[in-house]
Amino acid sequence: MPEANPAAPVVIVGAAMGGLRAAESLRRSGYTGAIRVVGEELHAPYNRPPLSKEVLASDVTHEAVAFPSRAEMGDVEWMLGVRATAVDLAAHTLTTDDGSVQEWRALVIATGLRARRLDFAPIAGRHVVRSLDDAMALRAELTEGARVVVVGSGFLGCELSATARKLGCSVSIVTPSAEPMMRPLGDLVAKEMRRRLTDEGVEIFSGVNVAAITGETAVESVELSDGHVIEADVVIESVGSHCNIEWLEGTPLDLSDGVLADNAMRAVTTDGTVLDDVYVVGDIARFPNPMFDDVARRIEHWNIPTDTGKRAGAVLAAHLADDGSFADVVAKPFAPMPSFWSNQFEIKLQAYGLLGLVSDDDIRVLEGDLTDQAAVGYYRDDRLVGVLGIGMKAALLPYRKQIAQGGE
Amino acid sequence: MIKIEVDMNQCQHYGQCVFEAPDNFTLNDDDKLEYVAEAPDSERDNIEAAVDVCPMQAIRIVE
Repeated sequence: MPEANPAAPVVIVGAAMGGLRAAESLRRSGYTGAIRVVGEELHAPYNRPPLSKEVLASDVTHEAVAFPSRAEMGDVEWMLGVRATAVDLAAHTLTTDDGSVQEWRALVIATGLRARRLDFAPIAGRHVVRSLDDAMALRAELTEGARVVVVGSGFLGCELSATARKLGCSVSIVTPSAEPMMRPLGDLVAKEMRRRLTDEGVEIFSGVNVAAITGETAVESVELSDGHVIEADVVIESVGSHCNIEWLEGTPLDLSDGVLADNAMRAVTTDGTVLDDVYVVGDIARFPNPMFDDVARRIEHWNIPTDTGKRAGAVLAAHLADDGSFADVVAKPFAPMPSFWSNQFEIKLQAYGLLGLVSDDDIRVLEGDLTDQAAVGYYRDDRLVGVLGIGMKAALLPYRKQIAQGGE
Repeated sequence: MIKIEVDMNQCQHYGQCVFEAPDNFTLNDDDKLEYVAEAPDSERDNIEAAVDVCPMQAIRIVE
């Protein structure tokens, strides 16, 4: 491959949390050259979780969720409202939808996910919540008395249900799962979550799909696969996401699920070549985490863009410094602890580790009582790989430590 | 000296900061955050990491 132009900037594609952290980390790791962040959204980086919870329940503004801008970021160039359309790894160029082609010295892939949509005709009243603009549009329709159908029962769908109830809407959840949050939490906890959500007035239609969304110009009702019809003003689709990888098609990168990276967050091609000048961060990165095993996985938890962004920035800065430190920086242990939380009504969930690695038989209550406050352990091969707190926080800390040390 | 402010109206006591800067942040027995508002300059990296990992973005360094 031809050498990259050393005068060209490091180009970070994706202006959300992962891209921001990668840029900050490059600066903190001593890289003083040019950095350009290219992002499709017009908003500077912001924190997404409140968009389904606290901020959605009050005023949805950029100010309420914007990440603070650090002094060392002053000379970073932000190219917002521009979408990457193609990249040429050999020529070290990026093409964007404004028709421009730019050179890069190194590339950071941080384009994350977008919400999956149900395959029905576009009609007013259908919503997703991924971006700030999505949340603003939804907020305007969550008026008191509105009839809301939430499709999907992951954390996002359940949080949105709780917020809509808080705002005085009637809420039904429609899910193909047997129980809400079944896949991430397992049967034992999910059954208890169903009880709590139902107690809060959320009606749950489980084991069914949406057969149709009907209405002339706006949503009027949702028809389920079992024939049931729910009258509705608002439909919120929280049915998973797609990786934003289309702009990378045609490159030798391994795009089989997100973008494959090694433990230093360097991109890996389909033939196993590790690229020192292409990095992957955030939700889209499929990388091995030695805390668990050597399997590369994507982890859609809030802390991962920060952890991987910092890691990528440090490794890339060492590569660009060319001062002999690169091998040592790459070899530094990187085993980020996945963590997430979810607030729904008075239910406060907090978790560490990878709960999804575990089958239903290997989930057990460690402390407390599921119907009140509890710590729940998730085991794989008799090793603790995840812990969930229901209304418990400090009590989780010893278990978190145990997971970090290999689970024994 | 670094001065730290935590917006206790924002704080949901997740305790993520506790891992990054244990000298300044702790969760007490009631699962509530307690913090020391000053840190030596040598702690700056840890405090900045604590700011980054706060799910509610409730922590800030007063410059």
